[in-house]
Amino acid sequence: MAISQMIGAKIHRREDPRLITGHGHYVDDFTRPGTVHMAIVRSPHAHAKITSIDTAAAAKAPGVLAVLTARDFKDLIAGFHPVAAAFVAEKQQTPNRFPIAESEACFQGEPVAVVVADTTYQAADAAQLVEVDYEVLPVVMDIEKALAEGSPKVHLDLPDNRGWDLTYIPWEATDPAFADAEVVIKERILQQRLAPTSMETRGVLAEYDTFDRKLTIWMSSQNPHFIRLFVGGALGMGEQQCRVVSPDVGGGFGSKISPYPEDYLVPAASKLLGRPVKWIESRTESLQTTTHGRGQVFDVEIAAQKDGTLKGIRITQYLDMGAYCGLFSAFQACACLLGGGAYLWQGGVSARTVGVLTNKVPTDPYRGAGRPEATHLVERMVDMVAAEIGMDKAEIRRKNFIKEFPHTQNFGLVIDSGNYAGSLDKALQMAGYEDLKREREALRAKGRYLGIGISTWIEICGFGPSAATAPAAGVALVESAQVKVHPTGAVSIYTGTHSHGQGHETTFAQIASDTLGVPYDSIEIRHGDTNEGPAFGYGTYGSRSLAVGGMAIRVAGQKVIEKARKLAAHMFEAAEEDVVFEQGKFFVKGSPDNQKALGEVAFASYGAGLPEGMEHGLEAVTYFDPPNFVWPFGAHVCVVEVDPETGAVDIRKYIAVDDCGNVINPMIVEGQLHGGIAQGIAQALFEEVVYDEESGQLRTGTFLDYAMMSANEMPPLLIGSTVTPSPSNELGVKGIGEAGTIASSVAVINAIVDALSPLGIKHIDMPASPDRLWKQIQEARTK
Amino acid sequence: MKRKVALMVNGRRREDEVEPRLLLVHYLRDVAGLTGTHVGCDTSQCGACTVHVDGKAIKSCTMFAVQAEGATVTTIEGMADGEKLHPLQQAFWDEHGLQCGFCTPGFIMASAYLLAENPNPTEDEIRKGLEGNLCRCTGYVNIIKSVQSAAATMGGANKSGTTTATYSTLPAGGD
Repeated sequence: MAISQMIGAKIHRREDPRLITGHGHYVDDFTRPGTVHMAIVRSPHAHAKITSIDTAAAAKAPGVLAVLTARDFKDLIAGFHPVAAAFVAEKQQTPNRFPIAESEACFQGEPVAVVVADTTYQAADAAQLVEVDYEVLPVVMDIEKALAEGSPKVHLDLPDNRGWDLTYIPWEATDPAFADAEVVIKERILQQRLAPTSMETRGVLAEYDTFDRKLTIWMSSQNPHFIRLFVGGALGMGEQQCRVVSPDVGGGFGSKISPYPEDYLVPAASKLLGRPVKWIESRTESLQTTTHGRGQVFDVEIAAQKDGTLKGIRITQYLDMGAYCGLFSAFQACACLLGGGAYLWQGGVSARTVGVLTNKVPTDPYRGAGRPEATHLVERMVDMVAAEIGMDKAEIRRKNFIKEFPHTQNFGLVIDSGNYAGSLDKALQMAGYEDLKREREALRAKGRYLGIGISTWIEICGFGPSAATAPAAGVALVESAQVKVHPTGAVSIYTGTHSHGQGHETTFAQIASDTLGVPYDSIEIRHGDTNEGPAFGYGTYGSRSLAVGGMAIRVAGQKVIEKARKLAAHMFEAAEEDVVFEQGKFFVKGSPDNQKALGEVAFASYGAGLPEGMEHGLEAVTYFDPPNFVWPFGAHVCVVEVDPETGAVDIRKYIAVDDCGNVINPMIVEGQLHGGIAQGIAQALFEEVVYDEESGQLRTGTFLDYAMMSANEMPPLLIGSTVTPSPSNELGVKGIGEAGTIASSVAVINAIVDALSPLGIKHIDMPASPDRLWKQIQEARTK
Repeated sequence: MKRKVALMVNGRRREDEVEPRLLLVHYLRDVAGLTGTHVGCDTSQCGACTVHVDGKAIKSCTMFAVQAEGATVTTIEGMADGEKLHPLQQAFWDEHGLQCGFCTPGFIMASAYLLAENPNPTEDEIRKGLEGNLCRCTGYVNIIKSVQSAAATMGGANKSGTTTATYSTLPAGGD
């Protein structure tokens, strides 16, 4: 790599001036002449037959243009919601999902009718006048009951509630390890449902031009090209007719990957009415109908020796799919594949995933998607072994870490690089581990409950190599980039990733600046508009943007340099191999004073006198297909004090040492960690989607009930790092978007369990809210 | 039946005919065209719609436009002086106090009121003062730093005993 100037620098984000002054462009900030507004009538029941819909009163309400039901949309929308179910191929049962229910509603909030009116207020008024008759059906809420013989069914026309059932590695494979193990521990570990809850809800504005036969959709999305593929396809339109623009996106956390019913209904209504139609999700609609995350139960069994050697682990995942299979719902089964964590398992790993349908909104990826669950289960189990044999919790980890890289783990995935003991040692040192242990003992003697929790997490990210992702997801998850050097040397770059807060416009310009040797300010990064750039972009999720999308920009930039070198050689009348490119300048070896800047060569490339056979222009398109996933890792240490009289948890210290390989912009990396850690702490302590088990009603349908973390609950963080470059890409980068969330929930829970271990408490489920902890403490004390 | 409302918005007098039920936030966004004020929830928890009405921070989703009759309203668009950013805007930029940016206008408006009331807030006072605003991206770490930094710029000094919210030890990557 050329001498780095921008890579690794703390550059303030170029996105920010517009966002801090109120000049960002989120979907709801757009309007088109003649825009009308959609409101959606949703099923109030978790499961019901729709026996009749009377739209007459609503249709007569002031300002109403149309009241539409499933029947009206059938001719406009072809096919069903897409599902990438190949992740779990053994048994699949994915109920067909049309964007609007016709005869049966299967979760509370499923659309049953839409109203389009001149204003949002009129549409909301008229929606109240749509009369739907329902025949309420039994609901299926609990995944264990859902699998039982004779359970009511989530969908009347399906044989049972089993969505998938796949054994990755059978139990027999770990029989020997368990047969002669000195310690075997079993535990059931819960992962409560969470709502991803980006601060900007979803929203769609669609404008169909009847005479040009073209559709433009403005929406809040993590991957506009996939939306064009799915929605354009369903509406019978080619890519040339359908443009998806996703402007500034107010957060996503995985919930804006999948297409949603409204993504089809709004454009279809625009096509039908010949007017631009807008729909912006309310927060209650969001909590009801935007995909949830987690919602899993794990039965885990671990085998170990009394000297702390880990032998084998068996994992069964029961995943609450909700009423339909989310686009990437099955991706969450990677909790099984990563369930061995950072450790060597010479006796093997067995794993099975079972997807279970319930009458709830579907689950899909939420920040981490399977990897927080994996970390949580393995880090809990390792702690339980340590507690059982009386071993130090850092020591048992050190003893069992994978130490040689690359390492092929039990499922055949190849971990690229790591230094697990390095990050743990640094985190313990920053925490003052030995002093903390002494303090813990001193406080215990006084009847106080201090606990230290450790999480040594690993992650698979950078999705992904086409050889692996194409069979699993039904599509390669490579990434595209286009680099254009304009005649004056200014550079426009289009990336197929799509920032929703990550700062791509800044970090990708840093990479391009070093690659092309041109000033940072002369580079613009564009994204989020399917009418620009290469034919396809793959979007932002799975901590992939830098390791795949950033690399695509680097490779496209290198293609540009190679062409420019040929032209520079022609201009110097020198042999191409004698032309050196350094810091944005070309010169002939040995004559560094006679230089031509990239801009001069670019100018020449659009003029006359090119070498024989060279095309004009200076631009390149790349689709980067990474050779492997990337594997970030780290160690988090959480120190809590629990008040046994109230069950309240006070996080006294939180230390995070993370390794994402080389860092492009340390300020942005830290920011990603802060937010990720906050989400994991919130899951550990209070965040939870709650449904009423009898009626299927969502009980956490507003921010009054769904416990979002505020500034007042967030503890101070101490952030450190180690740097172990990835050998899988030239930049040596990994990913950091999900790391904080993957690591943190179990650091907190391990600390709480450690604090309460003198009471004989061995495991605590999330959320460890004061009421739950207080009950558990009372029960332990009366034993 | 529409009603007339007259008020000052970002230093400019406006007169509009509005429905009495129109929320102030919808008036600002849809009538006045000031889309920097955002809506993030339905129940006045998130604070994305925070603006100043007669110098006080209020959630503009909790107030009808007609209730602002005769009031002076400042939105995020009214904070900068031409191209010169307000010290809080500058601080949020400098301290990476935002990621997706959706909650940011509300945080800046709430923070401006917080500093007007208490020019030298402790870290704890900042945390409590911003409890009515939600952010999902930043974990609040850099938001708190931003407010501390702006307080210093605006003439206040941090009270003794306060700490910064994080300590960076991240090295640069590179070759």
